[in-house]
Amino acid sequence: MTDTTMNGASHNQTNASPKPKSQGQRQAAAMAAVQKGLKKRYAAERRFQAYGIAAIAFAAACLILLFSTIIGKGIPAFTKTDIVFEVTLFPQDIDPTGERDPQVLSTADYRKPIRQAFGDLFPDVTGRSDKRKLHAIISPGAVFTLRDMVMSNPDLIGQRVTITVPMSDDIDQFNKGHILQESPESERRVSDKQIAWFERLESRGMIETSFNTTFFTAGDSREPELAGIWGALTGSFFTMIVTLILSFPLAVGAAIYLEEFAPKNKLTAFIEVNINNLAAVPSIVYGLLGLAVFLTFFGLPRSAPLVGGMVLSLMTLPTIIIASRAALKAVPPSIREAALGMGASRVQCVFHHVLPLAMPGILTGTIIGMAQALGETAPLLMIGMVAFVVDIPGSITDPATVMPVQIYLWSDSPERAFTERTSAAIMVLLSFLIMMNALAVILRKRFERKW
Amino acid sequence: MSMWVLLFTLIALSIVGFYMGKRRAIASVDGHAGLLHSRPNYYGYYVALWCTLPALLVFAIWSSADGSIVDGMIMAQVADLTVGMSVAEISLMLNDIQNLADANVISREASPELQQAANTYAQMRLNSQLAMAVVCLSLLIAVAFFTYKRINPDLRSRNSVERIVRGLMIVCSIVAILTTIGIVMSLMFESARFFGKVPPMDFLFGTEWSPQTALREDQVASGGLFGAIPLFAGTMLISLIAMCVAAPVGLMAAIYMSEYASPKVRAIAKPLLEILAGVPTVVYGFFAALTVAPFFRNLGDNVGLDVSSESALAAGAVMGIMIIPFVSSLSDDVISAVPQSMREGSYGLGATKSETITKVLLPAALPGIVGSLLLAVSRAIGETMIVVMAAGLAANLTANPLEAVTTVTVQIVTLLVGDQEFDSAKTLAAFALGLMLFCVTLCLNFIALYVVNKYREQYD
Repeated sequence: MTDTTMNGASHNQTNASPKPKSQGQRQAAAMAAVQKGLKKRYAAERRFQAYGIAAIAFAAACLILLFSTIIGKGIPAFTKTDIVFEVTLFPQDIDPTGERDPQVLSTADYRKPIRQAFGDLFPDVTGRSDKRKLHAIISPGAVFTLRDMVMSNPDLIGQRVTITVPMSDDIDQFNKGHILQESPESERRVSDKQIAWFERLESRGMIETSFNTTFFTAGDSREPELAGIWGALTGSFFTMIVTLILSFPLAVGAAIYLEEFAPKNKLTAFIEVNINNLAAVPSIVYGLLGLAVFLTFFGLPRSAPLVGGMVLSLMTLPTIIIASRAALKAVPPSIREAALGMGASRVQCVFHHVLPLAMPGILTGTIIGMAQALGETAPLLMIGMVAFVVDIPGSITDPATVMPVQIYLWSDSPERAFTERTSAAIMVLLSFLIMMNALAVILRKRFERKW
Repeated sequence: MSMWVLLFTLIALSIVGFYMGKRRAIASVDGHAGLLHSRPNYYGYYVALWCTLPALLVFAIWSSADGSIVDGMIMAQVADLTVGMSVAEISLMLNDIQNLADANVISREASPELQQAANTYAQMRLNSQLAMAVVCLSLLIAVAFFTYKRINPDLRSRNSVERIVRGLMIVCSIVAILTTIGIVMSLMFESARFFGKVPPMDFLFGTEWSPQTALREDQVASGGLFGAIPLFAGTMLISLIAMCVAAPVGLMAAIYMSEYASPKVRAIAKPLLEILAGVPTVVYGFFAALTVAPFFRNLGDNVGLDVSSESALAAGAVMGIMIIPFVSSLSDDVISAVPQSMREGSYGLGATKSETITKVLLPAALPGIVGSLLLAVSRAIGETMIVVMAAGLAANLTANPLEAVTTVTVQIVTLLVGDQEFDSAKTLAAFALGLMLFCVTLCLNFIALYVVNKYREQYD
């Protein structure tokens, strides 16, 4: 811009007349040159501002796209399609001796009564392959539902009972409209016959659509209609507990020492360099550390929330330390001086006065660190928390998986129904994260003091 | 389970110690707490800390060493069974013994020898636990008794407790050093074993990567090829694409938010970007694999380009979205830190806002911006889940963003997830890759911090 004015001025000098110009003439020429460029410069200004708006709009659009995709895909997973039908439990099938021995009851063939009931519903279906297709429209979990019913109430044997079992995932997808009848039969996972049977059941009023409680109460399963996130949620819970118990005291201890007590020497400087570097180490490297040190060297159990929590606590440690130090630093020195002046020792001063005042900031940092740990996947893959775990973990040493890993595992499954459940699991995970972050914001807003 | 019982007993006993110590201190001065050197609680803490810490230390060391010692003893006992077995078979046998001792299903018929070994194993484990309980509890009681006896009005218990607390805090700080040492040692140690099998030059400069070592010695290509150049190239390509998205968007967003936006817009836009930063990477990975990759493939089909369904473009673009908030928040800080006087000087000369930004603010903030971009690159290189879910597995050496490439992190995950032998070159290769990753991100961070620190003071 300076260039253009200068050039304009020198042009005038050389072109117009040989004698030097008056002050006024020079000013007018300069003004003209500035005016000439002004339009262009204002356009550039507007363009620049538009780039800024475009950048923010792009980020917002990505966020909206991300959330709408996930919510759009995940919402249907919260409903399920059930069938309600009657089954006759003949004593000779289930408990021939009549002794009600739990061992016999639990190993009895419950498939037979269900097949019989289905055969009665569709007497016209004959032939092996047709029958197989017919039985494939309800979930294989029906057998377990029936067994659990009989086990909890053996008196049902010999009666005609009504049971509610989920339909298979493909029929469920068809019912939700994700599989279209118009598409060619070879390209969809439900055949024309199965659709016809399903519609017959529907016209008899035997099909129910209800809230998918299985999704929240079951562990993992190979069958999408039986799979749930409860196992992963408990695993995440145990892992987070271990992470919190380990990382919070360690981080607060380290932060207090470095901020309040540490002398300025080489060791302190080295510790600080270490903490800053650890904050930037890729999370997968922590997984390698866990694998080499905790699993191979110390021989701790694979796939256990204990080890997962240990790895994640090492990973979140720098985050919490840095946040805690900032909170401690924000407490004004006058508080310390007053406490010391009243005769408190330095430890008393810190623990009785500085720490309580810094606590909201420390807790905010801890919650943010925990939210980070809750969403972390990569290091847990390294220590074997990717196993297919059906059972709900009962302690921190049981094999378990966590929410993000469950999401990763399901996202690999080819079934459409799993895609739906992956999105739903992401919604659950995100709502936890949003709650934690909201808590951190509230804590900061409500308790943080400005000195 | 008995571990937990022991742990809770230790903690409960230390609480008892606290109250006993406090009572004795008060009793020693007939209730006149003012005559004590320290406040009565400190005598309680004194006893409690002194009796818990040694016992807990013994507990921790014992329970971490216990497993491998018992394993070693049992393997020595069944040494005649394991003659001529490979390492894998021996570890399988150890597993069987452990499972048999827990009355679980095992991989083979339980022979009498194995059953006997399992019984001995269970017995030894029980003995070890009992011995640990006895040692811990007697240590606790002995120390408690000793410290309890020492309590008198002149005991400087506060000073003693404060020394312990300070020591504990130093230990907490040293965890950071221990973690770094742990990372470096585990990576170096395993990498050294890897480089014993594969020459470092082949690893660093080889252009063929196919780590599938054969199960049997006599199979074709049983060695596997460990040339990591395609992985480095793939990582670079994806990071470059990510930076192409994140750098302009993040930077422009930062400039807009710090220079143009009204407080109202800022109040909305900043949390928005923070949400983007808080989304777990596995969610981005799912988004990339499910939505973005098919979108790019269809787009390619429409214009007649052959786009792979695991294209570097999709993974890189989504990674770029993930890094936007990282770039923008760091650059925002840097731009805001440029002194106001420089802006005013520029306006005074008649510059427009955008001219001020591009010709004054950005040059002034350049070191900080370069630093934030370097940190973002290091973040992109280390990012795992997005590429695991959306990038390919095959190691192609290509610069075409429409093809599938693989990255260092993807290979670490594929090499280590699933069943593995710990000693094979295949699993050890993951540690060598991890070492490279660690070194590169460390260097980038050092350079970033150096650049920021070196040029910052000019404007302060």
